[in-house]
Amino acid sequence: MSDTIRTPFGEFWRRFKRQRVALVAGGLIVLVILAAIAAPLIAPYAPAEPDYNSILEGPSAAHFLGTDAYGRDVLSRIIWGAQVSLTVGFLSVALGLLVGVALGLVSGFLGGWVDSILMRLMDVLLAFPGIVLAIGVVAVLGPGIDNVIYAIAVFSVPVFARLVRGSALALKQSLYVQAARTIGVRAPALMLRHILPGCLPAVIVYASLRLGTSILTAASLSFIGLGARPPSPEWGAMLADGRSYLGVADHLTLFPGIAIFLVVLAFNLLGDGLRDALDQKLRT
Amino acid sequence: MLSYLLRRLAGSLPVLLAVSIFVFGFVHALPGDPARLQAGPEASPAEIEAIRADMGLDGPIWSQYLRWAGHTVQGQLGVSTKTRQPVAQVIGERFWPTMWLTLVSMVWSTVLGVGLGVFSALRRGSAADQASMVVAISGVSFPSFWLGLLLIDLFSVQLGWLPTGGYGTWQHYVMPSFTLGIGVAAVMARFTRSAFVEVAREDFVRTARMKGLSRSVVAWKHTLRNALIPVITLTGLQFGFLLGGAIVVETVFSWPGLGRLLVDSVSFRDYPVIQAEIMLFSVEFLLINLGVDLLYAAANPEIRLS
Repeated sequence: MSDTIRTPFGEFWRRFKRQRVALVAGGLIVLVILAAIAAPLIAPYAPAEPDYNSILEGPSAAHFLGTDAYGRDVLSRIIWGAQVSLTVGFLSVALGLLVGVALGLVSGFLGGWVDSILMRLMDVLLAFPGIVLAIGVVAVLGPGIDNVIYAIAVFSVPVFARLVRGSALALKQSLYVQAARTIGVRAPALMLRHILPGCLPAVIVYASLRLGTSILTAASLSFIGLGARPPSPEWGAMLADGRSYLGVADHLTLFPGIAIFLVVLAFNLLGDGLRDALDQKLRT
Repeated sequence: MLSYLLRRLAGSLPVLLAVSIFVFGFVHALPGDPARLQAGPEASPAEIEAIRADMGLDGPIWSQYLRWAGHTVQGQLGVSTKTRQPVAQVIGERFWPTMWLTLVSMVWSTVLGVGLGVFSALRRGSAADQASMVVAISGVSFPSFWLGLLLIDLFSVQLGWLPTGGYGTWQHYVMPSFTLGIGVAAVMARFTRSAFVEVAREDFVRTARMKGLSRSVVAWKHTLRNALIPVITLTGLQFGFLLGGAIVVETVFSWPGLGRLLVDSVSFRDYPVIQAEIMLFSVEFLLINLGVDLLYAAANPEIRLS
């Protein structure tokens, strides 16, 4: 054992960089994010630009991943679609995380009737299978990609709330929080500065796993016609389009599916790697 | 055991009540006037009011709720806006196709998942273990509707072996059930593996080995039985996941079940059907979790006696 003193982040990085698979997954995610941001620069064609002289063409030098029924370039649509999928994923998880963490923190810290009421509310949300809840929300708000963000956020809230409540309950009893309380630190500061940081490792791991789930759910909703609408290059909506051309133009089904699969897989592998890296730190 | 059952039943009643208020309130938040929608475009104001009274949408909100809840408990779920059939009948026709699809998927994916998990745990660290865990995490990330489309392309369009969709014979079950269950099999495999590895470290397993029992007896009779306790809980959660997953899979394979009915009803704003279906989904989900808790208590005396 060396005696070097490491910052919490340094310690985390030392453990995380041993997780080869998670590093590769993280790298892939960074690439996809960069591609999504740079879509106007790197996409060879405009995503909604029809070209009726080249419809339903297979992969070629002019169109690496072929064209769809309107002659639109599949590669360009997938690159632009990354913007949609990542935006939906990040926004819905951020929203669910903020609300869920706040509720869980308050619930675990205050206890008593506040805790009872909040946790029963979470039970109600968890009493619906996730996608049923999301479809219910979309039914109220109407189809469309912005409403999908709220719909997915709603079913992430109870997951984060329960997770943070559990950690907050445990940390509330810990010696350092008791000590802080004794020297007169007030409740809001106790929650935000002393208890919240202790809950963060678990929140980060779950956020990564939820990102995968959220992107998958958004694509599912678009696929069944309740999410992004047809001109949008959202990956699930592209698959719904491609469905009509099975056996005629299989590349329309193949490539958007690969895109969803790889991105979701990357977030899941990253989440697993983060869990291993952060768990070990929690144990020592 | 009986007192545990009663306690758990009493515990789910408030949740059920809250769920019903939620479902009731949620449908009232839907855009548009359901009575006007039900009446059709050429109805006079008086006719609309008559239909509103008929649907139980007149009077103060709390009395509407009580009336709705009373009718729901008696199985009177109203009339579908789209087909004008009683909702109970519409849902009744779709109930069993979804149940059978879910059950078939649950059974094969649990058997395969637990089997694969034990296989991996017994060969921990080997290439076979790593390969099956890569398969497992891929299974979790695979979009089910994409898998469905790929299967249709291969087995129906290219090879012509299986029907592209519909319901009736065992051939109709093959692709939807595979598509629906593969994610669950993957989760089960990962979970069983880690539960098995954890139990295998326990003292009683070492003792069993030391007193000369064979590896397979220790694995199947001692380790697996204890590792299965947390797996039971997961099975319940996965069942709910399957109910949700069925919505997408039924759409891919034109399966005449509850999931496709829900999607169609949302598109048509068939609100009596949506309301009844969401209520049904959550009641099923609660019942399954209750059943799982009972199984869990039966397997683990610490729970039912506490």
